[in-house]
Amino acid sequence: MVTANPELTYNSKIEGDIVVTRVDAAINWVRTNSMWPMPMGLACCAIELMAVAASRFDIARFGAEVMRFSPRQADCMIVAGTVTYKMAPVVRRIYDQMASPKWVIAMGACASSGGMYRSYATLQGVDRIIPVDVYVSGCPPRPEALLDALMKLQGKVKKERSFSKLLSA
Amino acid sequence: MTTDVAITTAVAQQFPSTTPRASLDCPAFNVPAAEALALLQYLRDAQGYDFLMDLTAVDWSAEQSPRFTVVWHLYSSTKHCYVRVAAACPADADPAMPTATGLWAGADWHERETYDMLGIKFTGHPDLRRILMWDGYPYFPLRKEFPLAGLPTEMSDAEINEEIKVGVISAPMAGGPFVATPGEPMSEAEPRAKDEAWNEKKEKPE
Repeated sequence: MVTANPELTYNSKIEGDIVVTRVDAAINWVRTNSMWPMPMGLACCAIELMAVAASRFDIARFGAEVMRFSPRQADCMIVAGTVTYKMAPVVRRIYDQMASPKWVIAMGACASSGGMYRSYATLQGVDRIIPVDVYVSGCPPRPEALLDALMKLQGKVKKERSFSKLLSA
Repeated sequence: MTTDVAITTAVAQQFPSTTPRASLDCPAFNVPAAEALALLQYLRDAQGYDFLMDLTAVDWSAEQSPRFTVVWHLYSSTKHCYVRVAAACPADADPAMPTATGLWAGADWHERETYDMLGIKFTGHPDLRRILMWDGYPYFPLRKEFPLAGLPTEMSDAEINEEIKVGVISAPMAGGPFVATPGEPMSEAEPRAKDEAWNEKKEKPE
């Protein structure tokens, strides 16, 4: 390419050092590939959640293996199991303690809808107390199902208008 | 499991106020509440029933009097057999029973559970708090008049309550109990309500 002023157009000397992108795309790319889950393991689903982190399914392939037991360091709460009314305020409190932006996966029938527990003790879906981004069906779901949910969530995060949200926040 | 045949006559001699209780498995006795602890101590010390297997209670419904019966299940680790003791709570409205924690430390949690679920106060219990439901829950879920799906109440944490602005909504009963139908394909046979008289979308008719 030959022009009068090469600085204003393409300069082969700095090739590879500059990438042009949208801020949204850059932020979302970072968030998508460093999802740090808060494992809210409450019942049998938590065992499947452990399997997801183990070698056979290996959630590390998605950059989400950093299970944070401190809510301040997590951005994706995986509610795995039955939420009882006794536990519900605790779940909500941990969600409140997580730093924004944050997302929630309701793993399994119990977390999504109360499951088979139509009883006085069980919250009928964790979406009664916190906003849920992805619901996973199954009782308990297969580890692949949770990985699929994680990919769905990543797809959702990729499409977010994160920069304008940051400015308005 | 062997059956302790001699225990029936021994208890009848020692405690004339007891009556035999209908039972399909092990020897069982009805005893007045005032003598329940003495009988339990006798069974533990003189008869070798050294292990409190379980402690629970029965609600015979609000129409019945006496309404509540506390039941103790004892096991003998030397004779390898069981015995059951039942005592009716004298008061129906505010039922109470002396605690067995002095005899078995393990009675502590059983009594807390029975208190939590049925509201029977165990007098002399060192720490009678709810164990399954949250503190301040106003109902006793295993009482006969309590609906299976629960009753709407406030969420246990006032601060969270303010945040989410929703109390505890009772679970939809939707006909319960939930049963699996045998002989159907697996997709059809899973436990579900057979009646949708009321559910989350349709309010329960008062």
